[in-house]
Amino acid sequence: MLSLEFCIACVMLISLIIYMLTGGADFGGGIWDLFATGRRAKAQRSLIAHAIAPIWEANHVWLIVIVVLLFVAFPVAFAAISTALHIPLTLMLIGIVLRGTAFVFRTYDVQSDIIHRRWSRLFAIASAITPVMLGITLGAVASGTIHVDAESGQVETDFISTWFAPFPFAIGFFTLTLCALLAAVYLTLETEDTELREDFRRRALLAAVGVGAMAGLSFILSAEGAPTIRRGLGSAAWSIPFQILTGAVALWAIWTIWNRQFRLARILVPIQVTLIVFGWGLAQYPYLVTPDLTFSNTAAPDTVLRPLLIVLIAGGVLLVPAFWYLYTVFKGAARKTRQTDGEIGT
Amino acid sequence: MSDLLAARAQMAMSLAFHIIFAVIGIAMPLLMVIAEGLWLKTREEIYLTLAKRWAKGTAIMFAVGAVSGTVLSFELGLLWPNFMAYAGPIIGMPFSLEGFAFFLEAIFLGLYLYGWERIPQYAHWFAGVMVLLGGTLSGIFVVTANAWMNTPTGFSIVNGEVTDVDPIAAMLNPSSFSQALHMTIAAFLTVGFAVAGIHAYFLRRDPNNLFHRRAFAIALSVGGVFALLQPISGDISAKKLAKHQPIKLAAMEAQWETERGAPLRIGGIPDEDAEETRYALEIPKALSFLAHFDFNAEIMGLKAVPREDRPPVAIVHFAFQIMVACGIVLIIAGVLGGWLAWKHKRLPDQRWYLRFVTFCAPLGFIAIEAGWTVTEVGRQPWIIYNYMRTAEAVTSMPNLVVPFVSFTVLYIFLSIIVVILLRRQIFQSPDL
Repeated sequence: MLSLEFCIACVMLISLIIYMLTGGADFGGGIWDLFATGRRAKAQRSLIAHAIAPIWEANHVWLIVIVVLLFVAFPVAFAAISTALHIPLTLMLIGIVLRGTAFVFRTYDVQSDIIHRRWSRLFAIASAITPVMLGITLGAVASGTIHVDAESGQVETDFISTWFAPFPFAIGFFTLTLCALLAAVYLTLETEDTELREDFRRRALLAAVGVGAMAGLSFILSAEGAPTIRRGLGSAAWSIPFQILTGAVALWAIWTIWNRQFRLARILVPIQVTLIVFGWGLAQYPYLVTPDLTFSNTAAPDTVLRPLLIVLIAGGVLLVPAFWYLYTVFKGAARKTRQTDGEIGT
Repeated sequence: MSDLLAARAQMAMSLAFHIIFAVIGIAMPLLMVIAEGLWLKTREEIYLTLAKRWAKGTAIMFAVGAVSGTVLSFELGLLWPNFMAYAGPIIGMPFSLEGFAFFLEAIFLGLYLYGWERIPQYAHWFAGVMVLLGGTLSGIFVVTANAWMNTPTGFSIVNGEVTDVDPIAAMLNPSSFSQALHMTIAAFLTVGFAVAGIHAYFLRRDPNNLFHRRAFAIALSVGGVFALLQPISGDISAKKLAKHQPIKLAAMEAQWETERGAPLRIGGIPDEDAEETRYALEIPKALSFLAHFDFNAEIMGLKAVPREDRPPVAIVHFAFQIMVACGIVLIIAGVLGGWLAWKHKRLPDQRWYLRFVTFCAPLGFIAIEAGWTVTEVGRQPWIIYNYMRTAEAVTSMPNLVVPFVSFTVLYIFLSIIVVILLRRQIFQSPDL
């Protein structure tokens, strides 16, 4: 039965997936800025900056959507998460602030190379920290350590042990490798320069191996660290075929990167990431914050959810053409002319 | 510092920081759109230069506004989880709508900033209009959520549980219209005068610089027009307050006794222990008239409620006086500018007037900060007026002074950088 809260939960999961595929890749760009090496380091950084400049702010809004949906539709869960995970969320916010501001400051602060490099470094470090903190938060939510008193609705937590544990950190670094992989694969198609493209091909392969390693480690740690998820991933009827599918797509994606079929890779890698996030969603359902809060026991009343869903559908219809226009202008055929364009229309 | 005080301080600091950038993000697109529109119409290059220069400043301010706004949306939960668990569903509608408005703003700002060479000229101008629309709507939606905290509607309480939630009724609560109107006008008025003040400063040194003359003309017109509108919205707000939040109005006016024909107080020092206000200049019966359109209307005084239900009177009273004083100066600047322009049939570039407008540049921001102080401190001790106390809403997280200090240091650092950047990149005459 399609309950209203189930529909909202689906919208949240879809938003999270889109945020990973777009905003996550923007963070990934920052990660590769941090690891820009060799004599083309400057060219790599400039390619990354050009790729994310027009779109990162729009991509960032998905995170706001997720937060808003969480507090509107599942207010008790929002209160529990933001109480128990105050520390990683605060660190994530500082990362978000520094990433965004360092990026624009770098764009407009063109006084000297030294200053430029300092902003670049800050942008890159913040880009790496933020997805780790996001992953830690999601890992902690999945781990089953956030307990909520049924009577008072208050969280019982020491504010640290819920997230300062191997499993949430594994998910944190898993998220980091996913961002890095997405960015590297997207960047292979952002340039006509074959050497630069090769740089990002190597980085994509490296990241793909990292994703595999972190996926394995997260799975192993989930036995102790997130038993509910492990049960979902290990024993449910859908889970084995689903994991085989995810693994097959991942291997195919690596194959296409290896063979320089970048256009195909740019389709497969997002599918791989989608399957990973979706699989986590399936494994965790019906829990929103394991083990005490489910989607249905924290849902706001239908009088709230119904108009919310209508707004989401109407807003979505409005957004599609706007996003489509943004991406065709900056990510479509026009991209080829980038090298000849000025920085910002000055 | 108690955790409650630290949480309030962090929220106040975050809001005070964000509102500066939010206001610029709302109003700068209007200036950009006017300049670019004039370029499309007249094909004078100077207008294009102007639009691009303003766009540059807006890009920096918007990014800071976007990330500091994100911080706020999380802080609602990080600092006030009990408030959000209670109110989240009720005030969710404006926040959801704001999400979409923010999407539009961010998408079209990307197109605007980076699309000069890539999209047709009219499409580019249209992108600017969409940024303006998205920003203005975002601001309006967020303010309606705040308005609900002042005049909560759209739900009922049965046995301590929230029921019968009507998100639309909550969004259209009695304060929404007056607050959103007052804030939106304030945004355009403030930014108009801030920009006019900057260009007035340059015009005093370089009176014939066409770039600054055009910029000054556009910005002063925007600031002046909205300055004339603001007293109307202020009057609407005062009447709403008198009806729905009489204690806040009493604190603003430092009115202790409930009385008919209450005076309007200018200045004065409220003494919260003695429950009286000293040294104020009182205009007889004016408060009753302003609040109810009747010189003998009854005004509720602070003594009508117990001490623990009163807001901090002195802060609210002083903040209100500061807001009104700044507003009056800006209205004078607007009227004077209009009169000078009409009389001499040219840009009001008299040196003394330029100096005056330069002085006015920060006043709008001061008025906005003071005005939000009135709204927020004046609502205390309630987070949801008459339903939930701020002390009940705060998180159980200890050591809140740590995030407060962290964010304060971070925001001070960002403020310094923004000022340096604007000075170096934006506040300069272009090479013509």
